[in-house]
Parts: sequence; structure tokens; C-alpha cells
Amino acid sequence: MSTITTPLRDSSSKSGKLVDMNWDPITRIVGSLGIFTKIDFDNRRVAECYSTSSIFRGYSIFMKGKDPRDAHFITSRICGICGDNHATCATYAQNMAFGVRPPNIAEWIVNLGEAAEYMFDHNIFQDNLVGVDFCEQMVKETNPAVLAKAETKLAAGSNLHGYRTIADIMRALNPFTGAFYREALQMSRMTREMFCLMEGRHVHPSTLYPGGVGTVATVQLFTDYIVRLMKYVEFMKKVVPLHDDLFNFFYEALPGYEEVGKRRILLACWGSFNNPYECDYQYKNMTHWGRKMYVTPGIVVDGKLVTTDLVDINLNIRILLGSSYYDGWENSETFVKTDPLGNPVDKNHPWNQTTIPKPQKRNFKDKYTWVMSPRWLDKRTGDHLALDTGGGPIARLWATALAGLVDIGYIKATGNSVKMYLPKTMSLPEVEFEWKVPKWSNAIERDRARTYFQVYAACAGLYFAEQALAELHKGNTKTWSDFKVPQDAIGCGFHEAVRGVLSHHVVIRDGKIANYHPYPPTPWNANPRDIYGTPGPYEDAVQNTPIFEDNGPDKFKGIDIMRAVRSFDPCLPCGVHMYLGDGKTLETHHSPIFGLQP
Amino acid sequence: MAADAVPYGRVTQKKSPVSDIHIIWMTAGLGCDGDSVSITAAEQPSIEDVLLGAIPGLPKVHLHNPVLAYEVGDDFMKFWYEAEAGRLNPFVLVVEGSIPNESIKSEGYWAAMGTDSKTGQPITTNEWIDRLAPKALAVVACGTCATYGGIHAMAGNPTGAMGLADYLGWDWKSVAGLPIVNVPGCPVQPDNFMETLLYLLYQVAGLAPMIALDEQLRPLWLFGQTVHEGCDRAGYYEQGDFATEYGSLKCIVKLGCWGPVVNCNVPKRGWMAGIGGCPNVGGICIGCTMPGFPDKFMPFMDEPPGARVSSTTISVYGKAIRALRHFTNDTVNKEPKWRHPRPELTTGYIPRNY
Repeated sequence: MSTITTPLRDSSSKSGKLVDMNWDPITRIVGSLGIFTKIDFDNRRVAECYSTSSIFRGYSIFMKGKDPRDAHFITSRICGICGDNHATCATYAQNMAFGVRPPNIAEWIVNLGEAAEYMFDHNIFQDNLVGVDFCEQMVKETNPAVLAKAETKLAAGSNLHGYRTIADIMRALNPFTGAFYREALQMSRMTREMFCLMEGRHVHPSTLYPGGVGTVATVQLFTDYIVRLMKYVEFMKKVVPLHDDLFNFFYEALPGYEEVGKRRILLACWGSFNNPYECDYQYKNMTHWGRKMYVTPGIVVDGKLVTTDLVDINLNIRILLGSSYYDGWENSETFVKTDPLGNPVDKNHPWNQTTIPKPQKRNFKDKYTWVMSPRWLDKRTGDHLALDTGGGPIARLWATALAGLVDIGYIKATGNSVKMYLPKTMSLPEVEFEWKVPKWSNAIERDRARTYFQVYAACAGLYFAEQALAELHKGNTKTWSDFKVPQDAIGCGFHEAVRGVLSHHVVIRDGKIANYHPYPPTPWNANPRDIYGTPGPYEDAVQNTPIFEDNGPDKFKGIDIMRAVRSFDPCLPCGVHMYLGDGKTLETHHSPIFGLQP
Repeated sequence: MAADAVPYGRVTQKKSPVSDIHIIWMTAGLGCDGDSVSITAAEQPSIEDVLLGAIPGLPKVHLHNPVLAYEVGDDFMKFWYEAEAGRLNPFVLVVEGSIPNESIKSEGYWAAMGTDSKTGQPITTNEWIDRLAPKALAVVACGTCATYGGIHAMAGNPTGAMGLADYLGWDWKSVAGLPIVNVPGCPVQPDNFMETLLYLLYQVAGLAPMIALDEQLRPLWLFGQTVHEGCDRAGYYEQGDFATEYGSLKCIVKLGCWGPVVNCNVPKRGWMAGIGGCPNVGGICIGCTMPGFPDKFMPFMDEPPGARVSSTTISVYGKAIRALRHFTNDTVNKEPKWRHPRPELTTGYIPRNY
């Protein structure tokens, strides 16, 4: 059955003339993304949106026949900002396939590394890339009246973050010249140092292995991490009120701004931070240890938690075609007929996917991208849901909040919120922050959740450091468990890349990789219309977006569209191992050049 | 006061003979943007040090990099067209990502950036290199994908990917007579890249001689030594003391480390701020700076075939040396016998008046 997440607007029946406005490339993201839209300036709305990418690399092709132990080294190179998430997820899949359980302290070291990655990546993306969309220079060029209002609007949290007015915050976000822009950039270095302590190198780690880590567990390792973490904790006590002030102001200054980037609440989170006491990497126990993760896996549909069961999540992933340049694989080998629990595995599941590329001309009315359309089959309704990750944090916080399972002192999931407790730092007292389930899944709330998840990651880091030190003090310094690569095995790993769901599915035959399919967040977010006509999340969210920008077509920057797209934290390298651009674009005009369409 | 009227010793701002320079940074090769992300971690110098004029004597630097740019879409691409038209002079072209082979198929493209407004066709990365490289003052390949092909040029790859020098030719020279400058690493070590860029800016400003490169076009001062020569675990190797499992602080050459034969300074320099790295912190060297990466180092977690002979040989010598050192270490761990609380002086000094 189909799932039209947003009713497609009939672009011909409205009075406004549609103008093709395209941005290629979208900058301040990682990777190559083009956004092609038709805009109805008379009615101030986006009528249609298509997202494209322009690079093909072919990981799932060249990984076949390689040693399965190499998978995490290779797949790290899929992404240049969250490569470590891939490496980590790959080791999870390797651990399952090899039947190996790392020592507890190794899991804490990985969790500390991944926590640092969230702290770093959300920080640099929020304040050095997304933040520019909210900076003084940008607001001046797109909504001068909003900037004028910001000049007189006192910031509620100025006693905490030090900026008197909202315009002062905007000025601080100006690229390179803004003080907060530079402070955030510097902070992103310190958090990467924390990352390097645990995983060796950023962004392609050196010390991760199946079975554990090569990192040497010493007192110094954790001291070096904790002193840096506490500086980040102090930083976040200022950043949360700063962003709350900025984002709240946009709702106030531009009534209706909640519609920007809004789409139906269809959020996916695959869970993050394994609990070493519970996680044995055995598929048959995955439901149990999945729920013990320190970010709870879950699917949220229309504000309701549908499942927290990783086996359920896994079995109902479907990879659909429709607008993609591939042939179906119905006549190819079925690698995995049943999962280790005896459940049937669908032919359209990643374990059974065979990639058969078929290059052809781009036609937005038919096939226009090489990204496939990952969907999740909701068995209650038979719908193939076009879930999104909302850039990661909003889905993680939402699923964790509703599940109410995480309770580790620094973090408590309450059933409708997540409470986070930060200890005293050098100049600021202890602070409690609470992320409450928002009314909308929209651009502003995706961005706000990012800031709150930075706090979540810091809180989790504090807990993991305590646990790691407890192991160290007991003398448990062994960080790796030996294993043998089996001749035939399957494995899967579930993790949260910084910008959302990440899964790796591997099939091993004769001791080599027979099939390998990573599904990172960007294919979930940036995919095209599927066989049922359901648009992908970027397309869907942008098609919902009203235009608030003052500029007409001749000077149009598309700032509201940019805010909608960037709220998903696009990271195209995640997707482009499956993308292939074709050579053709149809009826396109580029900004600032524009054309009218009858 | 005019600068030339200031007494000697008070002119702190040397004037660069070139007032402005642009950096056109293409991430549109087959890559992951990890090198751009990496350079945001650099502090020696940092990107803002260079852009905001915090280093004396340099021209004003204008960076056009898609990961960091304020501009979007055509506003961003206009710098590419300006450079092509010769109006962005001088500029340094930085290329990130492997160069695909676009001539192995009938239509379409593997990598592109921007769209041709006349034809509606995407402009391939290779086309951009063809247009811009002949006009660039210098061309820098950033990261192993751009230098030698890297991961995307692995056996079995569908795109025919290669490095920039494979594409332009190893003898290629810029209009200013510079060869391609390769700064490999997967990703590039942050400070290695920014320092190379800084060197080239000094050279542009007339403050440094021609950059010294090795045969693989790498800066000599960065890639002249092997991982092993800079590794703080090399002492274990010398003593024939090898780790048998990951997480050990001993030499990990038997667990897959290729450090003894790989040109890279990371164990010496650390990954950032002296922290992290590879074998120095327990990560096997997989040779990610090398032209032979990745295929010649796979499977990564097996002992390098060539390491067996040398590590076996060193084991004989190393064990003997270790035993002798252990003996000496015991000796120097004991204080001299004259340090005691007894009511007598045994230091060798003979007192005259106490």
C-alpha cells in the first residue's frame, strides 16, 4: 500500500506561475546535493521539490569478495564527517557475524568515542554550518525587518550566554568574524581531541576492531577525556539558552514559521550506545539488548511509539525502487531466507539486496536519481512508511522520551520528555535541562533538538567515563576478545550515525564478503518518490514549506528552503555510494537566473 | 607615518607582493569530504589563522570551499567561472576525492559539480579540472583519494578512479612552474595540510623557496620518515617484544601494522594537538598515505608478509638486549648505598670540622 505523507499539490490548478529555482550545489553540508524546486511566488509556496546528488562511488560493488575483517576500515570511508559511526556499526555487524563479545571496558571506550563524535559533529554543524542560515549577514539579506526586530529584542538567557539582544546572537554567528562561530569551531576541535583519545583518529578511526579496541586503557586516557568533557559541559550551559532564544525568536518574529520544513511525524531511531552488561551481539537476544541501549531504538508515527524492538525494526526494512535507476533484483539470489529466529526475511530487505545499476536519462516525471527508497513496513496498516531521521537528534530524543527506559543518573527519560543533569563546572552551577516532545516535526524543532542532544551526549559521556573508570580500577584493562572468522555467517549492526539511523547488513560466504549493504541516514532522508509515489522526506518537507523570505525571484536566496533542508543535517557521502547522477537535467534554471513556466 | 619612514625594527607588517589570493577547493572528486572536515580541526595553523590574517607577511586569502561557504548554488559557483575566465588571479586549486574515469562509458557521469546553464548538463569534476588547472598558480591534491586514488580506486571498483597526477600527468607543471603538490592521508592529517598550504602562501609571498617534494610529490619535511621511525612503540620492536592482541601497548607489527614501510609522520605529530594517531595509540598502520593503498595492505589485520623475516630476526637480538637492559634497569632503579639515616657519613667526603 502507498503512504502519501503529504498530499501532493496539483501544481497546475493554482493561479501562481511556477518558477524553477535550483541550487546546485547546496553548500555548508557534507557531500554533493542539488535541490530542484518549482516555486509559486504569487502564493509564496514551494510547489514541487526534487533532490539529487552527483557522485557515485560503488562501495557495495567493490566490497564483494573482500575479507570481512576489513569491512569497518573500508566503510568508514563512506563518510568524511561520521566515518567513525560507520566503522562502529560495521564492528557491531562483525561482532554478530563472528560471534565475539568485546570486554566491557572496550564498549565503554567505543561509547565515549561515539559520545565525543556527537558532541563534535552536532556542534560544528549547528554553529558553523546551519548557524550561518541564522546569522546577521543572512537575515539582513533575506528578512531585513526581522533583523531590525532582533536588534531590540532582549535575549531571555543573556545572563547565561552573554549576548544582550537576539541580533547580538546573530552577529556572533557570522562566519569566521562572529565570536560564537569561532568559539564553536574551537570547541569542535577539543571534542575531536576527546574522540581521538578513544578511537585514535578523526574521522576514520584507527583503533576500532571487531572484538574490541586497540586503545590502551590507562588512568591518563580517562583523565584527559574527563577534563575536556567538563569544559564542554560548561560550554553547553551557555549554548542551550542561546539557541532557545534564537529559535523561539523566529517563531515570534515570523508567525507561521513552524510550517517551514514541517512534515508528518514519521521518525526513526535505531538506538545508540550498547550496554556491555546486556549486549552479547547475539541476534536471538537483540530485542532485549536493543532496549538496554543508552539511546532507545524506536519508531514514532504521528507522535506515538510504534515499536522499540530491533528485530521488528530490522525485519520490516524494505528497499524500494520507483524513481531510481536500477533494475529490480527479484531474479537474483536470496542470500538470507530466514533470520536466526526463524522469521522470514523479505526479498527487498538489505540482506537480500542485489544492486543492478541501469544508467539512463533523468526525467523528473519518471526516474531521476540513483538513490533507492528505504521504507519501513508498518504491519498494522500495510503502509511503507517514508520515515525520516530529522537529522538524528529529534528522532533519538523522541523515541527515548516516549520509551521511558533510559535512567542513568545524568539522564532520565520520563515518558514524554528527557531530563538531563549537568554537574557543577568551573564557573557555573549544576543545571537541569529538559527536552520536551515538541508539537511539530519541523526545521526549528530539528535544529533545537540538535542542541539538546549535545547535552545528552555530554551526560552520557559522564556516565560512560564513570563506568570505564570502575572497570579500570578493578584491573579490567583487557580491551579486545579474540575470534575466528566463520566460513558462512550473517550479521547486522544498528547504530545512530550523527544525523540518524545507520544499519550495516553483511553476508559472509567462504570466509569472504558475499553481500554488504550499509543504510545510513541520508538514503532515508534524501530519497526520491518510491513505487507508490510517496516522496522522500527532503522533498516532502520542502514541498510543505511556505516562503517567508522578502526577496522576489530575482534576488531569491531560498533561505526558508535552505533551513528546511539543512535541518535534516544532509550528509551526502552517506547516500552517494548508492547514487549515480545521470547527465541530464530538464527545464532547469539556476538561481539567481530564473525562468517562468506557463 | 609612511611605512618606509618608520625606524628599522618597527615595521611589523611586511607587505606581500601579492595582495590577494583565492583558494578554489573542489570536493567533487569521489570522496567523503573527510579532508575538508579534517582541516577544520587544524590549529597549526588553523583555517581562521590563515583567513583572518593572523600570520604575518601573507596575502589576503579568500577561501571557496563548499563545506564552509556562505554562498549557495550559483552564488557559490560564480567563483569557479571567474577562475575559469582568468578573473580570479592568482588562485590555488585544491582537489579532494579521486578522479573517476569518465571515458569508460557511453553517457552520464561519475562525479559532477554545478550545472551548465547553456546545456542543462552537469559539469563533470574532470571538466572542471581541465578548465581550472591550466590557470592555477598551484594545484594541490588533498587526501589519498586525490593524490593516488585511494579507497575508491580499489580493485573491483566500477568507476576507474585514479589520482590527480594519474589524470593530469606526473610531470604536469602549473603556470608558475610548480608540480602538483600531494598531501596524502585518509583523511589528511589536519596540520599537515594546513602547513603545506601555509608554505605555498609563503612561497607566493616570496618568503620561501620552491617547495621540496619527493618522487610521489609529497612535501619532504612531512613524508621523509616512516611511521616506524616516528613511533613511540619502536622501542618494543627493537627489543623483539611484540603484541599478540589488540589493546597491548607493545609493538603491533604482528597484528597488521605496516608502519616500518609507510611514509607518514602521524605517530610523531599525533592526530591533533599531539593527541591520537595510529600505532602509537594502538591502531595498526594500514598505509593510508601510500600510493599502494588500500589493496597492497589488505587484509589489514594480518601481519604484513614482509614483516615476518625482520620481526623474527630482531626477536633473537631483541630478547638478548631486553635481558641485558632489564639487568641494568634493576641497577639504576636502586639508589646509591650512601643515602641512609645511620649516624655516619659514607659518601666519600671527609669532614674537617664536624
